[in-house]
Amino acid sequence: MNDVMLFVPELWVMFGCLLLFMGSIFNGSGRQARTLSGFIAVGTIILTTFSLYLHGSLFFDAYRVDLFSQLFKFLVAVGLAVVIIFDREVKTVAEEIKVEYYLFLFLSALGLMMVVSCVELLSLFVALELSSFALYLLVPMRNEATGVRTQMEAAAKYIILGVMATGVMLFGMSYLFGLTGTTYLAELLPRLHGLGAQPAAVVGIIMVLGGFFFKLGLFPFHFWLPDVYQGAANETTAFIASVPKLAAVALLIRVSALAMPESQAVSGLLGALAVVSMFYGNLLALVQKDIKRMLGFSGIAHAGYVILGILVLGESGYAASIFYIVGYMVMILAAFLVICNVAVQGENLLVEDLSGLYKRAPVLALVLAVAMFGLAGIPPFVGFMGKFMLLTGALQKGYLAVVIMAAINTAISIYYYLSVVRVVYCAAPEKADTLPLGSLVQAAGLCLVLIIVWLGVAPDFALEMASEAVKAIL
Amino acid sequence: MDDFLIIKDGVFPILSSVIFLPLAGAMVLLLSSNENFAKYWTLLVTVVTALISLQLYFGFDPTTAKFQFAEHHAWITFQNLKINYTLGIDGISLLLVLMTTLLLPLCVLGSWRYIQTRVREFMICLLIMETSMIGVFVALDFVLFYILWEAMLIPMYLLIAIWGGPRKTYASIKFFLYTLAGSVLLLVAIIALYLQNESFSIPLMMGQAYSSNFQIFVFLAFFLAFAIKVPMFPFHTWLPAAHVEAPTAGSVILASVLLKMGTYGFLRFCLPITPEATITFMPYVLWLSVAGILYGGFTALAQSDMKKLIAYSSVGHMGFVTLGIFVLNKNGIEGAILQMINHGVTTGALFLCVGMIYERTHSRELADATGIGKLMPWYVTFLAFFSLSSLAFPGTNSFVGEFLILVGGFTKNKIVAGCAIPGAVLAAAYMLRMLQKVVWGGANNPAPHGQLLDLNLREIATLAPLLLFVFWIGLSPAPFMEVMHVSVAHLVDQVSNTVPVQAVTMAGLMLP
Repeated sequence: MNDVMLFVPELWVMFGCLLLFMGSIFNGSGRQARTLSGFIAVGTIILTTFSLYLHGSLFFDAYRVDLFSQLFKFLVAVGLAVVIIFDREVKTVAEEIKVEYYLFLFLSALGLMMVVSCVELLSLFVALELSSFALYLLVPMRNEATGVRTQMEAAAKYIILGVMATGVMLFGMSYLFGLTGTTYLAELLPRLHGLGAQPAAVVGIIMVLGGFFFKLGLFPFHFWLPDVYQGAANETTAFIASVPKLAAVALLIRVSALAMPESQAVSGLLGALAVVSMFYGNLLALVQKDIKRMLGFSGIAHAGYVILGILVLGESGYAASIFYIVGYMVMILAAFLVICNVAVQGENLLVEDLSGLYKRAPVLALVLAVAMFGLAGIPPFVGFMGKFMLLTGALQKGYLAVVIMAAINTAISIYYYLSVVRVVYCAAPEKADTLPLGSLVQAAGLCLVLIIVWLGVAPDFALEMASEAVKAIL
Repeated sequence: MDDFLIIKDGVFPILSSVIFLPLAGAMVLLLSSNENFAKYWTLLVTVVTALISLQLYFGFDPTTAKFQFAEHHAWITFQNLKINYTLGIDGISLLLVLMTTLLLPLCVLGSWRYIQTRVREFMICLLIMETSMIGVFVALDFVLFYILWEAMLIPMYLLIAIWGGPRKTYASIKFFLYTLAGSVLLLVAIIALYLQNESFSIPLMMGQAYSSNFQIFVFLAFFLAFAIKVPMFPFHTWLPAAHVEAPTAGSVILASVLLKMGTYGFLRFCLPITPEATITFMPYVLWLSVAGILYGGFTALAQSDMKKLIAYSSVGHMGFVTLGIFVLNKNGIEGAILQMINHGVTTGALFLCVGMIYERTHSRELADATGIGKLMPWYVTFLAFFSLSSLAFPGTNSFVGEFLILVGGFTKNKIVAGCAIPGAVLAAAYMLRMLQKVVWGGANNPAPHGQLLDLNLREIATLAPLLLFVFWIGLSPAPFMEVMHVSVAHLVDQVSNTVPVQAVTMAGLMLP
């Protein structure tokens, strides 16, 4: 009985998926599906909050429930709920597949909630694929713009590259299994240590990490990212840009905490990938006109920042990474909240389309400006505090060059974030209308702004929480 | 902590209230949409802030170099980071804080009619600026300092980008990029200092024995950030653009307060934290200062846009300030601090004057404002006094400052100081040229655009306090000088008790 309690949040989401499945069989309407989803999402938040401090293991120790996993489940639930709240009616998804849209959204979230608990390679793989396959299906669910089938192109790229990354990850897992004879992360570490500096072990670990890098969008596993951001519906992009990255960071931390060899080669490689990601993402974001594509490239750069925390291979570094990715999730959700609501027809927005937003929707303008300054890492927002923690940790370990590169990237990235703020506040509006906004959307936006500022000026609570969570797995 | 801070328990926290009152005022403005209320409310908030800050002067103890009115609370304790909320002022920051709080009501008055659109948002930006500016001068924790230092860019950017002139986009982005690029390495240096000291406390970082290479690395990171903010030649190119495009209040804040943060940074961080490196780099900085003085003077001479003229004159004046700081003796540094205040008063006033003409003629060109002496006698009277002050005419405030700086300069290095002298002559040339054109013009002055009414009571009230300070400091500088004697002497001690780094060690700029 007690064991079931540990699994309640996941069971609740499964139950929700079943309900949505029923809805799809009996031709439920999109509006019903949305109401139901909102209900399930709020329920998930409540359940994950209550199960925050549970701990134990399930399924022959392949599935561990600890503060770390529960914290991430809570965050996934929150991210999911925000996405569902702010897209009032997923405009670009055809009415007849709306129920399925929500079904796959929840299936993906379910996969992500499970994957953060997995401590065994095969179950981890299955949970990750559950979430990935749902996402592959979500991407093409968008009405065709005339003559352009970007959503199909995006979906094709996503699935082909995704399956390739999966293959690489499986190959790496087979190496690890071949070397150690176990798939349990907890047993992997001591046996790998026994092997000394065995190159196959390093290769295996890096290949497994490659699968997670794909989710995170780190260079050189980023190729899907700009196209998928551009091709998928705005709401789908909001989800892909925020929640799966959380899970990717959780996995990275879990695996590197348990099985990362203290090797110069691995940390050198991670540092190089981080720096290349930052430069690549920021430099290419400079020239983007489509705002989702721009955020895609900026996401690659932010993935680089997160790696700085993993590089440290210690509690404070992991905690800083968690803090950073949570802050990133909040900021990117705030940005997408604005994008989804400015794009009245659900179309892709160019940066210029935001001209004069301050007149059309002052609240959204404020939310977007705060999100942009936050993403750029300007204090007093969470982006700065996260970056500060990451840089402090990395410098403590002596990665001076990497830290300087990261600092320089702040200066590069400000240009494109600033150009968004500029059109929002300084350009004359192209359309004179005021945007129709629900009060729920405005309230959600202001809440996100408050969280961005709160985490930026009083990060202690969140950092301690992240640190506690990391302690639970070390 | 007691070694550096004078904390009195149970006393009204003046510094915190001076910092947060404007912010609270801005929050109130968020709730109202009445533009007139926004003006009066902002004026009220800034005046009250100024009145509270006067307490700092009267309660200041000029006999100690410790930080007074100190407040110390734990802020971020995660993982032994020990980031604190530490505030305090000494003789170096006291006058700067007072200048900031006293200028802000004048900025509000100066924008009363100049700002016609989005008044409420403008006032919110002004108030947030005030919070962060005061915070920068009183923060004694490096993270707190850095947060305020960077956060200030956002409202300043908006001030230029929204209410600025025709090239506001270019000017505002250049301002933001330039200053941000300068301060990213500052952050790395701060973290490196933390790793050495296990603390972010600024007073604790002073006077520690860091290795020479480390000092050079830190000094260069500091220098880049502060030299851009001052701005020192050759990092000055953002300044004319930003000054020219910013609205009057923005120009005043930029010239009077923001530029001072760079020189304040030199005094507070470069000199006491990296004294060896300071001495090593001193000759180069001195020559850069001289270059700035001469370059600013010559360029100002060639301007036809009044705002640009004053902007370039700022480059020259700030060159004098950095010269005074880096001669590293008591006269030089005291002169530099006084000159920071003088420049704030005088240049702020000049920008207000140009703004008043602009409100009437919608042009800043000298050619459009010639010979207005007979139309606006009050205006040209003020303008004349401020111009004389700007060229350091004896009896005005700048004379005292420049004199002290040059005295310090001549005791240190006669050649450098001698080279700076033409700068004073140039200042006379460009200021008198402007004054002559504006007051008298030529034989056939063009008909003025629009109606040129003389100053009204509000405008006189805006300029009169500044004029008071021009003469007060000029004729009786003692009340301003005596608060800084002890602090400056302490600072000079901190620097002179070290040996210069050999130039050879500069080859490897590595962390120890």
